[in-house]
This record gives sequence, structure tokens and C-alpha cells, in this order.
Amino acid sequence: MAHGPNDEDTHSTVDTGHPTAFTYFKVAMILSVITAIEVGVFYIEGLRHGIIPVLVVLSGAKFALVAMFYMHLRYDAKLFSALFVGGLVLAFGIGLSLLALFQFFV
Amino acid sequence: MANAEAAHTGGHEEHDTTTGLSHKKLLMWAFLGSDCMFFGSFIATYLVYKNRSQVGPFPEDVFDILTTSTSTFVLLMSSMSMVLAYSALTRGNMKGFRIWLLSTCILGATFLAFQVFEFNEFVNYHFELDCKNLNVEELTDYEKTFVDRCDGTVDHVSVDAGLTPRTNLFGTTFFTLTGFHGGHVTIGVIWLLSIFFFSLRKGGITPKKHEEIDLAALYWHFVDVVWIIIFTVVYLFGVFPGFD
Repeated sequence: MAHGPNDEDTHSTVDTGHPTAFTYFKVAMILSVITAIEVGVFYIEGLRHGIIPVLVVLSGAKFALVAMFYMHLRYDAKLFSALFVGGLVLAFGIGLSLLALFQFFV
Repeated sequence: MANAEAAHTGGHEEHDTTTGLSHKKLLMWAFLGSDCMFFGSFIATYLVYKNRSQVGPFPEDVFDILTTSTSTFVLLMSSMSMVLAYSALTRGNMKGFRIWLLSTCILGATFLAFQVFEFNEFVNYHFELDCKNLNVEELTDYEKTFVDRCDGTVDHVSVDAGLTPRTNLFGTTFFTLTGFHGGHVTIGVIWLLSIFFFSLRKGGITPKKHEEIDLAALYWHFVDVVWIIIFTVVYLFGVFPGFD
């Protein structure tokens, strides 16, 4: 049976140079473990202010994992990374400026 | 000549381009970069007004970290199912693509259900003080302000202290930030559902026509990374007593 141009193409594959499904699964497990560690660290009362850098590093690691592997920034063109990181840097700058303006660090 | 501007990028479908990169994808990344600033402003505003509310309830009164951790886990898993849907599509597995895409929609809707539940809990927040067995040490600062109602004539004091955007600065900044994030998730779920139904049409979505899925996936993962920051800054920092 011949297939027309609009028929569903269920057999052809496209090489995207992206990771395998198993890699995506491993990343998901790492993300889950980091989230569990975040919640666990949260209940350690002795950490006091020490929790801030710990949580910042852990959430930064989760952010980077999703951006690099799930959003494919690790494999895609550098211009995409530049656009996203540029926005992130600006967002960080806006945040710091606002916090400084309202004397958050005083 | 017009075809000279169509580039073949990495085995993907052909795109209209003047840069060698898909214009649609460039636009999506530019949008995500600008959305970073959008959420960055809201998160900074939340931090600026943190601990500046004149009246309660405060984060430690209403936040339930375990419930929010569960909804965070659900959103992380939706990111995994989204990327597996995209992976299945590029490998030509249309059935797998539809299953993972529908899973993403269900997980996204579950996250929204958690948010609706949480908002409802906050709006209808109330607590009771057992005047006969009152342990002031275990009360939050806000609850302590009602201790004087235990004047010896009553056994229990019931306080309705619903949190809305109009209650205090915490309510305003919290509902604005998480509400806009929830709005983004809602748009994402509708977008992914529309792709799912479109994929049921013959030729609607094929392994060689996957850029639309790539764009939707980018948006969905962005919603996830924003929540990663919100969960840490708003919820964990919000409740932790050492973060004053």
C-alpha cells in the first residue's frame, strides 16, 4: 500500500545528536535526589544561615541540568545559550539592583 | 535564491533562516531570555518585601513544604516525560510520543491541581488555640498575637486568617509570582494538549516535522526551571527561621 505525502511517518528517524532516553531518565533521577536533599537540608536546624549557600548551589545545579540536557543547550548552537544566559544575567542584575535599592543587604 | 536561505540544521526539517539557525527557535530563546527578566523582577520583589508585612499570616503559618515538594517533584517528572516525548518523536516512535506527551499534560495538570489546592488552603487558612493546653513556645509569631484571647473564659480560640493578595505584602507578592507561574503552566498544558490532538491527524506531526514540538518543549522546560528557583527562594527561604 502506497503512502501519500501526508501519511503519518512512523518509521523514519531523525538523528538529532541528542542524548538517549536513558540519559534523560538518569538526569530526572539526579533532579529528584537533589530535590530530596534540599528538603532534607531544610530540616537541619543547626545550619541556620549556612543553608542559604547550600540551597543556592543545589537549585543552581538543578537549573543547569535542565537547561543543558532537557533544553539541549549543551548540544545546540551557542547563540541560543547566549540569548538565554544573556536574559538570565540581566534578570540577576535587575534582582540585585532591586534588592540593593530597597536596602535588602543592610 | 529563496531556497538559498533555507538551511538544513543537524538533520532536522528545513527552516527559513538567514543565520543558519531556525528563526522560530531563535525567537523562542529570545522570549525565554526576556521571561527570565520578567520572573527575576517578581522574585526580587518578593525578597524585597520579605518580612515587611505588618499583619499575618506569614510564610511559616501557611506553607506546607512537604506538599510543595511533592508538586515540585511532579513538575520535574513532567519535564522528563516531555523530553522523552520529543526523543520518541525524533526516533520515529509516534505511539511513544503520544503517550509521553499525554503524560506531560497530566503531570502539568496535576501540578496545577496542587496549586489550586494550595491557594484554596491559604485563602481559607484558620487555626485554633487550645487555651487549656497552650504551649506558647510551639506557636508561630502570628499565632502568639492571639494568645491574649485565652482570657480564662473560653477553652478554644478559633481564628480565621485567610491569606489573599490584599491581606499583606507577603500575600501580594506571593500570589502575583506564583499566579503568573501558574498561568505559564496553564498555557503550556493547553499548548501540549493541542499538539497531542493535532498529532492524531494524519501528517499533523511527523518525525521530520518536529520543530513545533521542540519549541513547546523549550517553553515547558523553562516553566520547570523557573519553578526550581521559586521553590527554593519563596518556599524554602520563606519558611526557614535562619533566613531573616
